[in-house]
Amino acid sequence: MARTTPEIPNASMADIAFLLLTFFLVTTTMPNNSGLSIALPPPPEATPPDEVKIQERNMFKIQVNSSDALLIEGVPREDISDLKEEIKTFVLNNGRNPESSDTPEKAIVSFKTDRGTSHKRFIQLLDIIQAAYYDIYAEQAGVTNAKFREAASDLSIPQNKEIYDKGRAGIPLNISIADPTKVGN
Amino acid sequence: MSKFKKKNQVKQEIPTSSMPDVVFMLLFFFMVTTELRETSIEVKQGIPRATQLRKLMRKSLVANLYIGEPTKPALYGKEPKIQADDVFIEAKDIVRWVNEKKSELPENEREQITVSLKVDRDAKRGLISDVEIELRKANARKLLYSTLQEKDEAK
Repeated sequence: MARTTPEIPNASMADIAFLLLTFFLVTTTMPNNSGLSIALPPPPEATPPDEVKIQERNMFKIQVNSSDALLIEGVPREDISDLKEEIKTFVLNNGRNPESSDTPEKAIVSFKTDRGTSHKRFIQLLDIIQAAYYDIYAEQAGVTNAKFREAASDLSIPQNKEIYDKGRAGIPLNISIADPTKVGN
Repeated sequence: MSKFKKKNQVKQEIPTSSMPDVVFMLLFFFMVTTELRETSIEVKQGIPRATQLRKLMRKSLVANLYIGEPTKPALYGKEPKIQADDVFIEAKDIVRWVNEKKSELPENEREQITVSLKVDRDAKRGLISDVEIELRKANARKLLYSTLQEKDEAK
């Protein structure tokens, strides 16, 4: 007697798998949990209006108006390719140039926008300011910029913490994002 | 003459027996690396690009806010709106929303909540700064402006 072994037909298996694959392709998103990280200041009413006088020389002022035009240290500017280097020299001035910052601790990059400034412009400039700081940190820690940011993202690993602390030593991330002015909306 | 004998005609076929395996492999890849879409986003999301990205490691501590023009202007108008989970909220509701999000976390991690702002590139600073002020009031001060990686990363 010819015994036929029972078999599950598997010709359609690929089709089923494709169907599942398309389902997952359509319904899922790649998680995007990266971006420009900042820390907000404490709540407005919790901080008493402190009369701390910040010397003019310790402020690097970047202002953007409602039509995304730029004012750097009071001078209108179109080309922003050198801005990163300017911020770096400003922060690391250490009192050499009497017009520029005293120490990296005192140096503040002040970034003021208008209510009408677009988010795209805001991100573009914030990116440049952060790039300047991360470059300084990375150099001080002796790693590349990308490596430093990777380390800063996960401080639970001791080596990362070490790199982070070494890079940040003596140079706080003084980026002040001021409340926007109310010209445009 | 026989040197240039015609090759015997063998039917060329791509073996398909391993196709299910290949497809399953792809399937598993997508199942593992992606997440199910929890909310349908009703605002425009043209996320800007930047170079200096930082990654958030703990996904459970992240709360997302979507800001942009509604994708259905006929229903919701053209003004940029804030979407939290599945609903549009006003800036003044953010404190309550943050507290809800915090209460979902274990007690010792509540203060580590990070708000990820997914903002359309054409949204205006005014609305975003209103959100920031509310977040400061709600004491959720870790903030991330969600951006994509700029392709030509200047080192």
